[in-house]
Amino acid sequence: MKFSEQWLREWVNPDINTEDLVSQITMAGLEVDGVELVAGEFVGVVVGEVLSTEKHPDADKLSVCQVSAGDETFQVVCGAPNVRAGLKVPFATIGAVLPGNFKIKKAKLRGVESQGMLCAEAELGMSESSDGLMELPADVLVGQDFRECMNLNDRMIEVDLTPNRSDCLSIAGLAREVGVLNKVLVTQPKINAVVPSIKDTFAINVDVPACCPRYIGRVIRGVNVNAETPLWMKEKLRRSGLRSIDPVVDVTNYILLEFGQPMHAFDLDKLSGSINVRMATDNEKITLLDGQEVELRSNTLVIADETRALAIAGVMGGESSAVSDNTTDIFLECAFFEPVSIAGKARSYGLHTDSSHRFERGVDYKLQSEMIERATELLLGIVGGDAGPVSEKVSTADLPSRELVELRYARVESLLGLKVEKTEIEEILTRLGLLIEKLTKDGWLIKVPSYRFDISIEADLIEEVGRIYGYNNLPVTTPVGSLVLKPSDESITPIADIQNHLVTLGYQEAITYSFVDPELQQKLDPENEGIALANPISADLSVMRTSLWTGLLKALVYNQNRQQDRVRLFETGLRFVKKGDDIDQSPMLAGVVSGSRLPENWTGGSDSIDFFDVKADLESLFARLGTGFEFRKSSLPALHPGQTAEIVKNGEIIGYLGALHPEIHKSLNLNGSVYLFELCLNQIVKGNVPQCKEFSKFPEVRRDLAIIVNKDIQFNDVRTAIIEKAGDFLIDLKVFDVYQGQGVEPGMKSLAIGVTWQHVERTLNDDEITQTFNDIIDVLKDRFGAILRS
Amino acid sequence: MDNLDQLVKQGLEAADNAQTIQELDQVRVDFLGKKGLITQQLKTLGKLSSEERPKAGALINKAKEQVQSVIVEKKQGLEQQQLNAKLESEAVDVTLPGRSQDLGGLHPVTRTMQRIEQFFSQSGYSVEVGPEIEDDYHNFEALNIPGHHPARAMHDTFYFNANSLLRTHTSPVQIRTMEIGKPPFRMICPGRVYRCDSDQTHTPMFHQVEGLLVEENVSFADLKSTIEEFLRVFFEKDLKVRFRPSYFPFTEPSAEVDIEWGEDAEGNTKWLEVMGCGMVHPKVFEASGVDAEKYSGFAFGLGVERLAMLRYGVNDLRLFFENDLRFLNQFK
Repeated sequence: MKFSEQWLREWVNPDINTEDLVSQITMAGLEVDGVELVAGEFVGVVVGEVLSTEKHPDADKLSVCQVSAGDETFQVVCGAPNVRAGLKVPFATIGAVLPGNFKIKKAKLRGVESQGMLCAEAELGMSESSDGLMELPADVLVGQDFRECMNLNDRMIEVDLTPNRSDCLSIAGLAREVGVLNKVLVTQPKINAVVPSIKDTFAINVDVPACCPRYIGRVIRGVNVNAETPLWMKEKLRRSGLRSIDPVVDVTNYILLEFGQPMHAFDLDKLSGSINVRMATDNEKITLLDGQEVELRSNTLVIADETRALAIAGVMGGESSAVSDNTTDIFLECAFFEPVSIAGKARSYGLHTDSSHRFERGVDYKLQSEMIERATELLLGIVGGDAGPVSEKVSTADLPSRELVELRYARVESLLGLKVEKTEIEEILTRLGLLIEKLTKDGWLIKVPSYRFDISIEADLIEEVGRIYGYNNLPVTTPVGSLVLKPSDESITPIADIQNHLVTLGYQEAITYSFVDPELQQKLDPENEGIALANPISADLSVMRTSLWTGLLKALVYNQNRQQDRVRLFETGLRFVKKGDDIDQSPMLAGVVSGSRLPENWTGGSDSIDFFDVKADLESLFARLGTGFEFRKSSLPALHPGQTAEIVKNGEIIGYLGALHPEIHKSLNLNGSVYLFELCLNQIVKGNVPQCKEFSKFPEVRRDLAIIVNKDIQFNDVRTAIIEKAGDFLIDLKVFDVYQGQGVEPGMKSLAIGVTWQHVERTLNDDEITQTFNDIIDVLKDRFGAILRS
Repeated sequence: MDNLDQLVKQGLEAADNAQTIQELDQVRVDFLGKKGLITQQLKTLGKLSSEERPKAGALINKAKEQVQSVIVEKKQGLEQQQLNAKLESEAVDVTLPGRSQDLGGLHPVTRTMQRIEQFFSQSGYSVEVGPEIEDDYHNFEALNIPGHHPARAMHDTFYFNANSLLRTHTSPVQIRTMEIGKPPFRMICPGRVYRCDSDQTHTPMFHQVEGLLVEENVSFADLKSTIEEFLRVFFEKDLKVRFRPSYFPFTEPSAEVDIEWGEDAEGNTKWLEVMGCGMVHPKVFEASGVDAEKYSGFAFGLGVERLAMLRYGVNDLRLFFENDLRFLNQFK
């Protein structure tokens, strides 16, 4: 909410400057977002009166005017379309300095001397744009300093109010708060009841008193809606961020700003029968004041007449019953709508108005009778006419109940940690208008005023005490609760360690959005449908990721497009997969790798990475995480069919590693080979706490063998076969050469394998090793048709 | 025995002339070996009388020692020369870069979260996690934000359907933690949160760290010290911190925390909002099955990106999620 500091000071005027005022209300919980001057900085501008105008001899659009500045008359050349004799305008005299350090000097315009400038609002920093001179009321004193005349040494203060403080959405509310903070009296304008001069009324029916506990209306006849809103009111509206529309709208807006009571005026001639406050019917249509037609729903409260909905209650009026230039009779509405019945309605129609903003947060439900009088009085003063008597429909039972709230003295200390005298608490409560209804054994029973919708429990009262006492004046202590520390499970590797391991291996962590491009995801993971957002921010961020690869590949593309040819990224985070009615939200670890094996270096090493580089990175990680990880040939739509491994632990697939499928590679316009991996974090972090074993002091025995097998035989199978036959003393098995080419028949490959044994208690003898070794050779011949290489 | 002097002279000369350890060794064999020239002189002793023999023997031994000591000396010299040559040949240009993988790095958001976690872990807080696709109950209802609450408008929620949404804050983890446990609680929950908002200063996804402490006799004063200590430790300096009354439906009293951060153009202290906090609202305790008469507690929510921006001088929020290596590489 934006307000004029001077307007506030008309109500309450503590002896503090703007800066202190701003800081004070900010620290009371009414956060000030900005302070602006109400006009640009300028000097030397006075109220001028145009005495006469004549056409410029050499320019069609210019006028030569005689302008009085009070004591003296000047000749001024002016191009504004609305310049005319008798007009009072801001007049920048010779020597004036306008915003932007624009100095007014004597000048000749097309050969005619001009001694000063007549100003438009925009030229004085009072509006964004203007289409003519600013027109001042006829009764302003000519020659007076313009700043003084307009009270321009004022500031617009914008407060960002939290939703609980609807009581401060008005000058009255802000003044009340400032009064409390400074212990200064607040004076509000005197409100006079307008004595009806006609007897006309218009019937009001409230179908749903629970939603509209109070509805007040009044007929006013014979108004002149073409009258001019007084400058002081226009200025107050402007300094509160509202534009002047017509006197009727201006007055209702003025009341909204002054007291926080939204009001509405209907053109009486356009109403038929009676006012009916009822729920809308489904699909009922209304064209709103902003010109848009909306289809209503039956959960929406409307103000209707006998034939149709006239307004969405508390939100916005309708076009067809609006006050127009031809209106002569109006029906003025001043109601209290119950907050929950209004809450969320505006938003559900894509609307947000000053009225809905206040009603859904809570308007003082005791205010309406006074407000209709205040509005009538202001209105009659501008547009004239005759007011009828006030009609009120009220359902007292449906008005908000203000239950008494108990505040226990001990609880103030225990919740705030503040030891404070009872009298001080009582004083704070009283200043806030919180009435001490009764003293109790433990404290007080408090009656909450009708304008406070945010106080219903003890904690709310304690907050008020703390707030007015000042949060920064509250003590500071250290929590002393004894706490049993939970042991941490050493067999589980913290994610931070995994991240750091990958960092050491040259991977940079990325964080990509959890919602991704459905098109790319569909290509990568056609088997899982991404869960779609109902209201995505954009089409390419519209489904939840089923794999971290979608985001990482986009990051790869992004970086390759920026001359980064070596990319090693990893990410941890949830992926979201539908599992029947449930959603599997599991943390994953994924990576994408592309570019050279090592950074370009004088020792060479510009080779592109391959499958085994990335596999080595994973093996290095697994070595840290425990045992039992196994790579098996596999396939996945996202990956190259010949370079895909599934990673298995305890018989379960826990992840994949492979080269990006060439088709997807091509569609993304990627350069160089791209490898991807993705692992279920929960399943890799669990390992073992090391248990020390006795180690052998006896010599190791190693035997090497070279076999030729079909190239499709997987090393893992060969390895399994060897382990089966190698006996209990096997301690190591490694493949140290894989060869295809000259000397090996096409379609075959040569594997060279080293097998190492060691016994814990004795030296192994040659015979037993030879026997075992022969068994191994036999099984390899039997199972794989292996030929022993000489 | 004139010959002996001659031999010694020859031996010394030969040793001196030797250029390599092999040549020197040959000199040793030639003069001092079993059949060496000087050794051979011992055979002449037989021809001498028993009176002359010891004297002559002593002379020969002396001659041997004389040559031997020069050879040893010479050998040490040659070995030193050899070592020097080897060392020289093995010298490298130590200014050339090493050969290995570049070091990667953690994302600044992760780095910041780890720093936050470290502080709270040391203070006895456990680290909890929760789902990111949440239900309306945990994200709103249980946190005292009923269906039509105006606070919902501040949340710009991403929905899947009426009941299922992307969590707008990490606060639902408070509820989930209290639902399944028994007080006292000390926990934090770092994680991703989502709001349907994207512009220069908003990204549709960002990170929060939620904190919750529930014990007997916890007060706002304890909350103040916890936050002040955290900020002092996180920024490694004594910052001015202020608590400003604010509003969150799930805490009462509620506060926003500002830190002093530089000055504006007019020289006034600039305050930056870094987090929200407050005392747990009795309705939240009620929804989570905690006795609000016996226990009290505080909760807080930190914006991770905001802290990362301040700490590392990042001036554009959107950089965090572009994953541009030229940005990420700066965080080693």
